[in-house]
Amino acid sequence: MNKQVISSVLSLILAASAQAETVFVTLEKDNALALIDPVEGELIKTVEIGQRPRGIVVSPDNKVLYIAVSDDNTVKMIDAETLKEIGTLPSSDDPETFALNPKGDRLYVSNEDDSMVTVIDIAKKKVIKQIKVGVEPEGITVSPDNRWVISASETTNMLHWIDAKTNEIVENTLVDARPRAVTFTADSKFAWATSEMGSTLTIVDANTKQILKRITFEIQGVAKDKVQPVGVVIDKESKLGYVALGPANRVAVVNAQTYEVEKYLLVGQRVWNLAFSPDQKRLYTTNGVSNDISIIDLDSQTVTKSVGVGNFPWGVAVKP
Amino acid sequence: MSVSFIVLQLAVPNFLFAKTTKKGNLDIKIAYLMQIQKVRPPLSNLDPIVENKGVFGAELAIEDNNTTGEYTKQTFSLEKFIVPAEGDVAEVFNKNIAKKFAFVVTNLAPDITNKVADLDAAKDILLFDAATVDDALRNKDCRANVLHLLPSRAMRTDALAQYLMKKRWTKWFLVVGATEEDKRYAEAIKRSAKKFNMKIVQEKPWEHTFDARRTAQSDVAVFTQIDEDYDVLVVADEQGQFGEYLDYRTWIPRPVIGTQGLVATSWHRTHEQWGATQIQNRFKEKAGRWMEEQDYGAYLAVRSIGEAATRTKSNELKPIKDYLLSDPFALQGYKGTPLSFRPWDNQLRQPVLLAAPRSLVAVAPIEGFLHPKTELDTLGYDQPETGCQWSKAHE
Repeated sequence: MNKQVISSVLSLILAASAQAETVFVTLEKDNALALIDPVEGELIKTVEIGQRPRGIVVSPDNKVLYIAVSDDNTVKMIDAETLKEIGTLPSSDDPETFALNPKGDRLYVSNEDDSMVTVIDIAKKKVIKQIKVGVEPEGITVSPDNRWVISASETTNMLHWIDAKTNEIVENTLVDARPRAVTFTADSKFAWATSEMGSTLTIVDANTKQILKRITFEIQGVAKDKVQPVGVVIDKESKLGYVALGPANRVAVVNAQTYEVEKYLLVGQRVWNLAFSPDQKRLYTTNGVSNDISIIDLDSQTVTKSVGVGNFPWGVAVKP
Repeated sequence: MSVSFIVLQLAVPNFLFAKTTKKGNLDIKIAYLMQIQKVRPPLSNLDPIVENKGVFGAELAIEDNNTTGEYTKQTFSLEKFIVPAEGDVAEVFNKNIAKKFAFVVTNLAPDITNKVADLDAAKDILLFDAATVDDALRNKDCRANVLHLLPSRAMRTDALAQYLMKKRWTKWFLVVGATEEDKRYAEAIKRSAKKFNMKIVQEKPWEHTFDARRTAQSDVAVFTQIDEDYDVLVVADEQGQFGEYLDYRTWIPRPVIGTQGLVATSWHRTHEQWGATQIQNRFKEKAGRWMEEQDYGAYLAVRSIGEAATRTKSNELKPIKDYLLSDPFALQGYKGTPLSFRPWDNQLRQPVLLAAPRSLVAVAPIEGFLHPKTELDTLGYDQPETGCQWSKAHE
């Protein structure tokens, strides 16, 4: 009885203080999840989550967090309010990154060691299919129109286009060395893929699966081999895309119409993954070496704050 | 007994090779040429003797190349020529490789590597040296048709020197073994000491017996009593005949680095960063053992050919060699930075791991060592100091 009262009071307080959004960051080396209030620019708390958490996604209804706990060989389902574990999904070995379809009923997991993509029915918590892809699949995404799943294999240097209906690979696009992350524009017409060792961003036409444009990044005072593109996001209007450049410690701002690089924003060390605030006024970056996140104000395109979060921040997700 | 060599062409049990003659596919044929080296018995029975170093690395890379090849309609195949220690490598090369292959991965002694490179039949062949570490082969004895995959001795000792400089362990006591290789390693150490302004307070040849198991306790303590104080003992013992016995037995408490203790290497079982865990796992599954340096060298060699063939859509020597030495070439080597060849000596530029037996201590270039082009060129012979002149190399 008492407990109930306390917890409902607590959730009221939480709800009140969380008028802005909550940023969730997985901490690979702390086996924990950090919660950040990005408006106050403060770390709210850190909770234990499992062995080596990496990929993190919020369900479309914002109620569930999916977190790949790689060394526990599972994807955990966490209640986004209470942070209690509500289930686990059969992800196969060493899950790292995964993607949710727009409806939120399918999860596609990259199994790096087995060169597989595992398709999971979330409601049934069952594996529907395992799809053989290239060596060391990493980045994975589902197009907003739910037609395509793209899996990027790091060693094969391919984007594998998987038909979301049949779960078969239909086409493959060769990109530059070590593709890491891939995402679609909101209209599902273009896929953007980063190549960590090739130092490029490749724009692919989703219709023809052909490469439209290959973008390179030149930053004054930074050697080319430090420019290692990883995380990539594109705004809803397809005006600007943002690319995390790893040990170059910068986020590139790319015009999504002209494909010009407009600006480089200096963030923390070894910037890894990116996520927008729900209103897309801010961008959050995980910085793996400086152990913090950078908060970027997108109207002014300036880095406004960095917040220390814990050891090896990896994935980032935002809940309104 | 007129047969002076035996050629082993091992059957490859991978399903991928069944497609070698798949119609419409571009075939890229790679030869792997290795001579079995006479090795001294190990110092102890702790570690098993690893045979066939390199072969599994080349095979793993062929499999990786073929996963890309499946989509790009290219088929990579590997034919292995393993020459016994007393065999004639040149004869095997002329008979079995010349005119049949454009790309040859070699795992040969330094002098044999150049002997092969100088054969008439090697003129239209690119050799990928996956075994030597000799600085001479990257300098005055360089060959335009040989690419070097493993870091040279100078790159390794520069890596150690950078780390010691960072630690401010600037006074070195150098102990040199009896072999030619040990002397070359010591030369590299002296060059690095000069380059990074370190002081070799004393150099001493190791002249005790190699049966150090019995006498190490007394021998080493006496041997390491020198007049000057020093920060680290640097040992040059490439074959591992006595170096392991120095640690914990020195007269004053000082760490051992060099060929034993803290070592500089291109690959190590303690390396797990930048996706290395994945290839360590894949290699172990395939070979049933840890990946050795020659395996890593052979892996990179075959992957280089794969990367160039994929990008140029070719299986011919010239376009592939041109691409390998061009600016866009970026090889993923599980070391957190793209690898590429130095055009002035054909050396693969790469980070060097500094490893203790059970922990990775650092990865060089160490932060703070800057270079106008790439920090990787702070290791080894940079362009201005190279002794390699292709024009002379052809004479």
